[in-house]
Amino acid sequence: MKFSVNDSIAYAFTGGREIDSSRETVMFVHGASLDHTVWTLPARHFARRGYNVLAIDLPGHGLSDGECPTAISDYANWLISCLDAVGIEQTALVGHSMGSLIALDCASRYPERVRKLVLVGTAVPMPVTDHLLNAAKDNVSEAIEMLTAWGHSPGAHFGGNETPGMWMIGGLIRLFERGGAGVLHNDLLACNNYVDGMTAARSVKCPTMLILGQHDMLTPARVAKTLAAEIENSETVVLEKTGHTIMSEKPDALLDCLIRMV
Amino acid sequence: MAGKFMKFDTLSLHAGQHPDSATRARATPIYQSASYVFQDADHAASVFNIERTGHVYSRISNPTNAVLEERIAALEGGVGAIATASGQAAFHLALATILSAGDHVVSSQSIYGGSHNLLSYTMPRFGIETTFVHPRDLDAIRNAIRPNTRLIFGEVIGNPGCEILDVPRVAEIAHDHEIPLLIDSTFTTPYLCKPFDLGADIVFHSATKFLSGHGVVIGGVLVDGGRFDWIRSGKFPTLTESYDGFHGLNFAEEFGPAAYITRARKEGARDFGACMSPTTAFYVLQGLETLPLRMARHVSNTRTIIDFLHSHPAVDWVSYPELADHPDCELAKQLLPKGCGAVFAFGVKGGRQAGHQLIAKLQLFSLLANVGDAKSLVIHPASTTHHRMDAKALEAAGISEGLVRLSVGLEDPDDLIADLDAGLKASQRNR
Repeated sequence: MKFSVNDSIAYAFTGGREIDSSRETVMFVHGASLDHTVWTLPARHFARRGYNVLAIDLPGHGLSDGECPTAISDYANWLISCLDAVGIEQTALVGHSMGSLIALDCASRYPERVRKLVLVGTAVPMPVTDHLLNAAKDNVSEAIEMLTAWGHSPGAHFGGNETPGMWMIGGLIRLFERGGAGVLHNDLLACNNYVDGMTAARSVKCPTMLILGQHDMLTPARVAKTLAAEIENSETVVLEKTGHTIMSEKPDALLDCLIRMV
Repeated sequence: MAGKFMKFDTLSLHAGQHPDSATRARATPIYQSASYVFQDADHAASVFNIERTGHVYSRISNPTNAVLEERIAALEGGVGAIATASGQAAFHLALATILSAGDHVVSSQSIYGGSHNLLSYTMPRFGIETTFVHPRDLDAIRNAIRPNTRLIFGEVIGNPGCEILDVPRVAEIAHDHEIPLLIDSTFTTPYLCKPFDLGADIVFHSATKFLSGHGVVIGGVLVDGGRFDWIRSGKFPTLTESYDGFHGLNFAEEFGPAAYITRARKEGARDFGACMSPTTAFYVLQGLETLPLRMARHVSNTRTIIDFLHSHPAVDWVSYPELADHPDCELAKQLLPKGCGAVFAFGVKGGRQAGHQLIAKLQLFSLLANVGDAKSLVIHPASTTHHRMDAKALEAAGISEGLVRLSVGLEDPDDLIADLDAGLKASQRNR
């Protein structure tokens, strides 16, 4: 579905259903330089279950126009503008990686708009090394290789995709390659510069679930657990033998968690 | 593993497979099952609706086949693959996933005869036409593109003349017209050439050949590179418009880089049904484990035999892209630095009769219609597959009366040379 947000065209995958403000809503937020397609399986599930689904493409990503915001808080403000644009008052908010920071910031500053919060592959802070930032700026293919290699658990480097016939490593590389010029660097810098995460965590009041990968090298579970300790009403699930790319490595286990939470 | 990916030889052995979770079996088990039990009705609904992963029916996917598919996708550097009943089935699936009546294909004329048959005689019955062009003539390729052209097709190494397709430049022509480039990579395998790295968008193989190497199964694989932007192109409604056959699914919007291969499975595997047997997939996997070793030996044996033939008094000519007199020698060095495969042709002096006598004498080279076996193979078209054609008709088909095609296997090269030498001597008797 395409709609207008702040005078730009925004896209959200809705599971093929019309948005109905009388129904409960689930909003999915993707990570740095990715797009809504990382959420296709759970989005299809909740749409069939009768939820409004908004698997959005952030501005400047995927099928959404506009400039990429440079700060996590600006991305969070944009989510609220999205909800306003489609007439949704309150949503469950699910974010992965950079999307988890956006979701966290949104839930902390707009508590009346977020009824449930799910942070997938998250950590606060989410520092990005200078080496990776420089690569994202000057040699994006090297940055993509680093993120893809580190983003998958050691086991996922052998494959074994739960979706038959699909090679996870190749799929993530291609998805990153679709990001526009400068988008990856912009997003990684936004993650690196987001320093208000712990403050935001302390002000989140809605039920929250953290879904972490045991072998996540980008946002290690041990770091995420310090975040969980700051969120008043939170539950943490650690998926075994899983890296940062939880949606492709453990899609069914992730869906089970989302069903229980959302 | 941080910061790097596993290398080709490792992927050949491991990609797509972990020790079986149920039995701890190290080898890939043969899941010889037509169907799979759902946990309950809701689980069934969620798998059918692509909310959860899993297998439904082995025509569409199978755990053994999935290992093979993932391994080939990994070796090619693609996003996903589908194993099919044959290479021809893979080619048909490649076409049928994006082409409809009224569409047009531009194809290299130097392709496998079966591919030529499908494009020339069968697809027109379904409203899909093809223009054939010489693979070296880039202007002809460009000029053959019409408003309704939806695909360019070729082989990296042509058949039987070993013409090298300039994949990067042909891909550029295709992409200038917002259409994909499909490559039949059977002769090269990902060991010698990765077409996606050169700009191609879709690849298929006859897995019967070098991928397996043993010549005991018929199979094919279709691989999606995942780079072609179907939405930006706007020319492929099967991928960018809602599909009534799957409750309004829009493949490009929902699966992004995996749109093509997802449609191929959800529609093509379901409706056309040309699936691979899991036992066949198992056999292909056994071959794949040694692909790098075998291909290196295929190439080194071929080079040894080329050297032998090139200086043999009974040999008129040898066509192999690594030879300085081959028109594509420089391009081959650029695109195929590890070698130009193990299938090539040479001309025996004395024409049809000499070719016949050569074939009759050979003991080690098997006379048959296949390539890419671990065992060395030979065919002399003028006295076998094309024996009804006179010299003029053969020439029109690009085949001289003395043309002999070899598929060089893995035997000791000394034995292969001895066999060929005996055959060549026999070919010159009564001349």
